[in-house]
Amino acid sequence: MSFAWVTLDTVSSPVIVASDLVKRYGEVVAVGGVSFEVAPGESFGLLGPNGAGKSTTMRMIGAVSTRTSGRLEILGLDPDRYGPEIRSQLGVVPQSDNLDEELRVRENLLVYGRYFGMTRAHVSGRADELLAFAQLQDKAKAKVTDLSGGMKRRLTIARGLMNDPRILLLDEPTTGLDPQARHILWDRLFRLKEQGTTLVLTTHYMDEAEQLCDRLVVVDKGAIMAEGSPSSLIRRYSSREVLELRFGADRNAEMADRLRDAGDRVEALPDRVLVYTADGEGELARLTDAGMRPITSLVRRSSLEDVFLRLTGRSLIE
Amino acid sequence: MSGLDGEAPLRPRTSRRAAGSLYAGNARSVVYRGWLATKSTNWLVVVSGVFEPVFYLLSLGVGLGGLVGQVTAGDGQRIPYAAFIAPALLATAAMNGAVYDSTWNVFFKIRFARLYEGMLATSLGPVDVAVGEISLALLRGAGYAIAFMIVMQLVGLNLSWWALLGLPAVLLVAFAFASLGMGITSYMRSFQQMDIINFVMLPMFLLSATFYPLTVYPPPIQVVIQALPLWQSVELVRSLTTGSVSAGILWHVLYLVAMAALGMTVTTRRLRALFLD
Ligand SMILES: Nc1ncnc2c1ncn2[C@@H]1O[C@H](COP(=O)(O)OP(=O)(O)OP(=O)(O)O)[C@@H](O)[C@H]1O
Ligand SMILES: [Mg+2]
Repeated sequence: MSFAWVTLDTVSSPVIVASDLVKRYGEVVAVGGVSFEVAPGESFGLLGPNGAGKSTTMRMIGAVSTRTSGRLEILGLDPDRYGPEIRSQLGVVPQSDNLDEELRVRENLLVYGRYFGMTRAHVSGRADELLAFAQLQDKAKAKVTDLSGGMKRRLTIARGLMNDPRILLLDEPTTGLDPQARHILWDRLFRLKEQGTTLVLTTHYMDEAEQLCDRLVVVDKGAIMAEGSPSSLIRRYSSREVLELRFGADRNAEMADRLRDAGDRVEALPDRVLVYTADGEGELARLTDAGMRPITSLVRRSSLEDVFLRLTGRSLIE
Repeated sequence: MSGLDGEAPLRPRTSRRAAGSLYAGNARSVVYRGWLATKSTNWLVVVSGVFEPVFYLLSLGVGLGGLVGQVTAGDGQRIPYAAFIAPALLATAAMNGAVYDSTWNVFFKIRFARLYEGMLATSLGPVDVAVGEISLALLRGAGYAIAFMIVMQLVGLNLSWWALLGLPAVLLVAFAFASLGMGITSYMRSFQQMDIINFVMLPMFLLSATFYPLTVYPPPIQVVIQALPLWQSVELVRSLTTGSVSAGILWHVLYLVAMAALGMTVTTRRLRALFLD
């Protein structure tokens, strides 16, 4: 029985601990003191707009960028001193693919496995497994340059899994892909999550964060604005529903002013006015009774986008 | 893929810590990658490097040699002109092969292909990448040199049994140029800067006592020529293939070893600065 206890104990200790993590490039503060922990098997997200410091944080976790100050432990080790040991346990999917274009699809996996010191036989079996996992069996001998964006992304993920990593780092895994390709990718990542792989991912898509993350931090300008599960963040920082009203570009601001007291809170964007409320339809009826005539109206559930807007006053995707 | 197996904490090998973060002892995987990549490249370009020195040897050694006749080698021995320039062409072949792979190819990989970024995200260290890539360049240089050496043997231009030591000598030459080539390339940012390398290589090839003895230069110029790595290489190889060997050749060996060590150090540092900042 003691075996069970040991497992329990290791499961509960975090695989990533960051506290007051800072990265400066000269004058530029890319990451300005962030603290978070990631538990084994957890799926953890960094959600933030361009330039928030997501990639920089990922690179520090990936032990390819040294921190300026603060504490960082990956699998209990300091990446400054144990870079190779840590990297041997990580799978990395960088923001832009850096596949080896001089090699064929399957060769990319073979060679990558060899970089980790895996044997030829081991690498070969693993490559076939992962080609199947990434639904790329038919493309085994294809040139990397002939793959579609979604296929390249899947190959990059397969490559990151060659060494059977304990943590998979995904920097904007689906940016630039069409909806169908994104769904295929999410499905693959979901499987990994079910198998217990720890996922750390960055994204600026709220739906992606909602789909994949057990817990996430909202980052902006190198700092953490909020932390929690997608649903708890929405509960804490937004209302249940949102009423979106469009009055035409030149009238939105003016109408927002007149709507000041509607719902729990009103947010004016250039193209629309958002009314936060528990009951969207009810609020719309009230406003229509009061003589408001929006060109279009829409009631939807609150999302992380609203959380971000609330926290920073800006949209997530500019 | 389960995250729950292998939960044992990472056990760092503290004993070889300092070197361990730079070197995983797996340069062979980098060579393996290079081999796979080369397999599918244009072999015509690769093979042309074998014929270039042969054409020089035929046109200059045989053609011009007919006019020149014999030349006086370092130790006063009179040797045929072809036997004089052949070792120089041999050293140059080793240099060219090594430099081609370690400069243009490496430049492309650093600036455009982001190959090393990918490698250094694995458990490889910068020393593995440097040793692997330099070995590949070295192998290419050595390949050219060995092919040329066989031609020399067939035409009877290896004048002594010492010529057998010419093989390790050209390996050293290729190693030294490959290391330094990669080190210098890691600082290059643009194609214009890369052109400087060609700009240096051609005059060095023509001036390093390749086609005529060093003694044709006035003494101050001689000193400058002697400082050139290709002159050091040519002298080393020429002593061996012509059999005029003295303890003095150890200085050439030392020069090339130092050059290789410098190149390796610079390359490792730069890879670290570029990809593990
Ligand atoms: N190597 C570098 N040198 C200088 N500044 C850098 C470097 N890398 C990142 N930065 C700066 O640090 C800040 C954060 O960049 P980072 O790439 O981490 O953002 P991000 O959240 O990943 O953004 P994106 O969504 O656009 O990928 C930016 O202001 C960026 O210009
Ligand atoms: Mg980024």
